[in-house]
Amino acid sequence: MTPLGPVEALTVGRSDHPDSIGAWRAGHAGYDGPMTDRPIKVLIAKPGLDGHDRGAKVLARGLRDEGFEVVYTGLRQTPEMIATAALQEDVDVVGLSILSGAHMTLVPRVTRLLAERGMGDVLVTVGGIIPDVDGPALREAGVAEIFGPGTTIAQVADYLRANARPRA
Amino acid sequence: MTADAARWAADLSEAAVAGDRLALARLLTAVENGTPVAEAALRRLYAIAGRAHLVGITGPPGSGKSTLVAALIAEVRAAGRSVAVIAVDPSSPITGGALLGDRVRMQAYASDDGVFIRSMASRGHAGGLAPTSTAAAAVLDAAGFDLILVETVGTGQSEVEVAAMADTTVVLEAPEMGDEVQAIKAGLLEVADIVVVNKGDKPGAQRTAAQLRAMLVASAPRTGTTGSAPDRPRPKRPDVMITTAATSAGVPELLSALDRHRAGGRVDETSAARLVRAETQVFAIVAQRIRARLGDPAHVVDTAGLIGEVAAHRLDPYSAADRLLGKVDGG
Repeated sequence: MTPLGPVEALTVGRSDHPDSIGAWRAGHAGYDGPMTDRPIKVLIAKPGLDGHDRGAKVLARGLRDEGFEVVYTGLRQTPEMIATAALQEDVDVVGLSILSGAHMTLVPRVTRLLAERGMGDVLVTVGGIIPDVDGPALREAGVAEIFGPGTTIAQVADYLRANARPRA
Repeated sequence: MTADAARWAADLSEAAVAGDRLALARLLTAVENGTPVAEAALRRLYAIAGRAHLVGITGPPGSGKSTLVAALIAEVRAAGRSVAVIAVDPSSPITGGALLGDRVRMQAYASDDGVFIRSMASRGHAGGLAPTSTAAAAVLDAAGFDLILVETVGTGQSEVEVAAMADTTVVLEAPEMGDEVQAIKAGLLEVADIVVVNKGDKPGAQRTAAQLRAMLVASAPRTGTTGSAPDRPRPKRPDVMITTAATSAGVPELLSALDRHRAGGRVDETSAARLVRAETQVFAIVAQRIRARLGDPAHVVDTAGLIGEVAAHRLDPYSAADRLLGKVDGG
């Protein structure tokens, strides 16, 4: 990075409210006044090495048709790539598609990185082949919902509308 | 503006300028949504923006814009400069949803703080950008990025808006894009500072570039030959280059051409590009404010009534507009 701008130029009149930075960092709903009806923004990502992205693409397109703004990042993403994309895009939802069986390794790394970067309030969902027995541990790691085979696009869309909190 | 919005704007702006990427991302969200925080932040940040080189990348769908942007990021980082990308993809005119897929080609920089990529949905805007792309670029500029690449939606012949926001406009073409007549039609190619024939490894790339050179450069009127009207706008004489973005062939040369265009004195605070950008921004805000006032509860019934009259052809649109402007004048 080159030297950043003159920060002191921006400190004039800044708030000395003690909680304000912490509050927006935590995604506090109060940081930006009334909620708008803007689209919910969703990152659809495929962590790991399996090459089966048809499901992720169908879901991305389906959510587009449901009125979501969907960022699709493609195959073979590392947890770092996913966390970076989620942060730069300031998404409301991260949807992870995993068919390789590596979910117990990859998903907790994604949720940990999101939390470390101040995105702990993002709704994280997982889709793909996830054995029921792994559900509790994934939820413990911060996953809000798991969508298995047979889930419809409408079910996913309804769940996200009910549970994602759009950033103002 | 509420005191809360001003406080959030101050905190977010300060943190974003200090290098906090989360604050930057949140600020961009506020800008996209046109919130009071965004306006307050832009009022603060505008004075320190204006140092970045804003480069617009436009061209037809599938011509390789995202791949070229990815290749440019690599070159820019190798040169030790920081780069931000605004990648616009279309919103559905039917559902309002969007599939933003430009990041697929730009994923190699997850742990590089000198790269920041943001996708934007066009949200009903028709010129190839999102309505808030210029404001988003100003925020990234204030955050200290050296180069800002703005990738438009796939464009056709007339989506020239990016030229009004960029210091330097790059228009991509794929090989065999058409004959020489396509190259002399008015529109997109006219606004190019640099024309890039991408997919240079495909047959026909050399011929396409030669045709473009012949039509855009060799046949463009030279200074002093525009006849009796010295103030008439003159056509640009763009560089025509060939790249193969997928292998980075020609990309270092493209970066040099971008730098040359900037250094050529055509990108500074008095440059035509920046005056156009400023004018576009100010008038867009004026239009927005007039609309907001007309949508105000005090006027909204009258406005709807007048529009109904126009729809029913009982009133012509000019008279309706005059009456609405009369209301705004009256406060």
